Amino acid sequence: MNSFKKNLLKKRYNAERRFQWYGKIAIGLALSFLAVFLFQIFSKGYSAFQKTWIVTEVHYDKELLLIDAESPSKDDLENADYYDVAYKAMTSLDPGLPEEEDRQLIQMVSYKYEAEVKDLLLKNPDYLGKIVPIKLTASDDVDQVHKGNYPRDIPEENRRVNDYQLQIYDMLNERGDILSEFNISFFTSPDSREAELAGIASSFMGTVFSILVCLAFSFPVAVLAAIYLEEFAPKNKFTDFIEVNINNLAAVPSIVFGLLGLGVLLAVFNLPRSTPLVGGITLSLMTLPTIIIAARASLKAVPPSIREAALAMGASNMQTTMHHTVPLSMPGTLSGTIIGLAQALGETAPLILIGMVAFVNTIPGTPVDPAASLPVQIYIWSESAERGFVEKVSACIMVLLAFLILMNLAAQIVRHKFEKKWS
Amino acid sequence: MSKIKAENVNVYYGSKQALFDVSIDIAEKEVTALIGPSGCGKSTFLRCLNRMNDVIEICRVEGSIKMDNLELNSRKLDVVRLRENVGMVFQKPNPFPKTIYENVAYGPTIHGIAQSKEEMDQIVETSLKKAALWNEVKDRLDEIGTGLSGGQQQRLCIARAISVSPEVILMDEPCSALDPIATAQIEELIDDLKKEVTIVIVTHSMSQAARVSQKTGFFHLGKLIEFGPTDKIFKNPDNQQTQDYITGRFG
Repeated sequence: MNSFKKNLLKKRYNAERRFQWYGKIAIGLALSFLAVFLFQIFSKGYSAFQKTWIVTEVHYDKELLLIDAESPSKDDLENADYYDVAYKAMTSLDPGLPEEEDRQLIQMVSYKYEAEVKDLLLKNPDYLGKIVPIKLTASDDVDQVHKGNYPRDIPEENRRVNDYQLQIYDMLNERGDILSEFNISFFTSPDSREAELAGIASSFMGTVFSILVCLAFSFPVAVLAAIYLEEFAPKNKFTDFIEVNINNLAAVPSIVFGLLGLGVLLAVFNLPRSTPLVGGITLSLMTLPTIIIAARASLKAVPPSIREAALAMGASNMQTTMHHTVPLSMPGTLSGTIIGLAQALGETAPLILIGMVAFVNTIPGTPVDPAASLPVQIYIWSESAERGFVEKVSACIMVLLAFLILMNLAAQIVRHKFEKKWS
Repeated sequence: MSKIKAENVNVYYGSKQALFDVSIDIAEKEVTALIGPSGCGKSTFLRCLNRMNDVIEICRVEGSIKMDNLELNSRKLDVVRLRENVGMVFQKPNPFPKTIYENVAYGPTIHGIAQSKEEMDQIVETSLKKAALWNEVKDRLDEIGTGLSGGQQQRLCIARAISVSPEVILMDEPCSALDPIATAQIEELIDDLKKEVTIVIVTHSMSQAARVSQKTGFFHLGKLIEFGPTDKIFKNPDNQQTQDYITGRFG
């Protein structure tokens, strides 16, 4: 072998080695971005799954509750006055505090503390007249202090928790009266202006309803359109034109669909604002081209020999399509659908335009109740000033990511499990 | 007796003409082989006989093809009925990705041939027996047809084709994807089937044409060069081109 040939060979091997390294570096970069992103989200968000409680004692004093009856009924308990009892439960933490300073203690728990005091008695009517321990939701400021997210060393006037409150907190913490438990209410409560009470239930249900509406509108339309275009429509300039437009539709920015939803669904058809119904229909405009393209691709992937076999047996076009082509294309179509829905799941802009950004503190029971959605909830919380919402944003992102991963996993499983092998 | 009579058949793919004035008489309950080099139009002609060319949008067929005096090349013809009477076996085995039973039962189901489950079982059994596949699959009728070997798949396709008792079976190079043993089985099968069915087979293998057919047609460049009894075509053809092709000088 002469030296020229040897050199050339060496160059080729080097080029290949270099190319492989470029690829490895690219993958490494992508993975490290992902790792940084996930680390950010998890390190900020995990604490949102912990809820801080303040334990104190409450005296269910009949006199203070204004209950006269000897053995009060459920209604009596329901209508009793809990203000004083609840107030006393908090002020009893520091009996020496002058009355005009009481607010400082009350501020350490959520504004719903009175309702919590009431709920405990309603659940345990035999507590009436007794002194019992009670868990009260700590305010978001105390919550953040407990989680170590709140700097204690800045000047008092710049702090939302003052020195006195910190002193009480430290005392309670030493006694073990600050509890940290799994935050169930994050999943069961609707949104709230108070970070310690805010949950994702309303936006989660809003997302679920939106996705269901989106599926109900886009799947049948998209599958029928795909079947017609692929199996029945003549191939001419008009169908080419339609195909180009479907592909264009897939590339339209989502905010444009939001404007369409606003202009048509709300303004012309007068559908209820801020509802998953409108959100779902708007999103279905987005998923429609995705599903059509996926369904057509998987119809195309069915080998022509299967169609020929059916046609040669005397099956009509319709029978060939329905008995053979469509069932064989279903795994691909379904996984395309799930991926389309997963895209819709993360969509924020169109939902903001049709009003799903409104503050909703009820859990929607039907698609025509006002609701937010998970990505919009992230947007709403990220705009909030309170420190307590920072971890909520990350936690909400985690829930959304989990939702997305589950859907993509489902798409994979559908594709691999139900895909039939031919020849 | 003539089963299919084609007269002056011209086929065009767009502006390209694929068949030129093909006229041929296909005899009943005989095997007619169509031979010729690749692209000579023999498959195109075969697909005219069950109107499979309808699938190709740019394809246009002119001329007259009569089966028992029924004009096949007519808009008014019901292709579903035609294909019930004219079965087809393709080059590559193409069973449905369904069970062996469902593969054979598909035709009788869509044409409403069997009235009951017992009748259907009977049809499936008879068809598989005629296709010489019954003994190999009788214990696993609910397995997927595509899991069989290539030769078995092709026999399954033949069973599927004969399940609706067609009068004609078209075979488009049915053995080109098979090994010699599977090929021999199919050829034996063709020999059996011709007692009941008219068979038209397109083949690249001249020895196969010589073995299975009674009549042979030689196509070249879209024209039917010579058509006659297989013996004559192979031993004493009239046309020089046929002679050259048979002896392997071109093609």
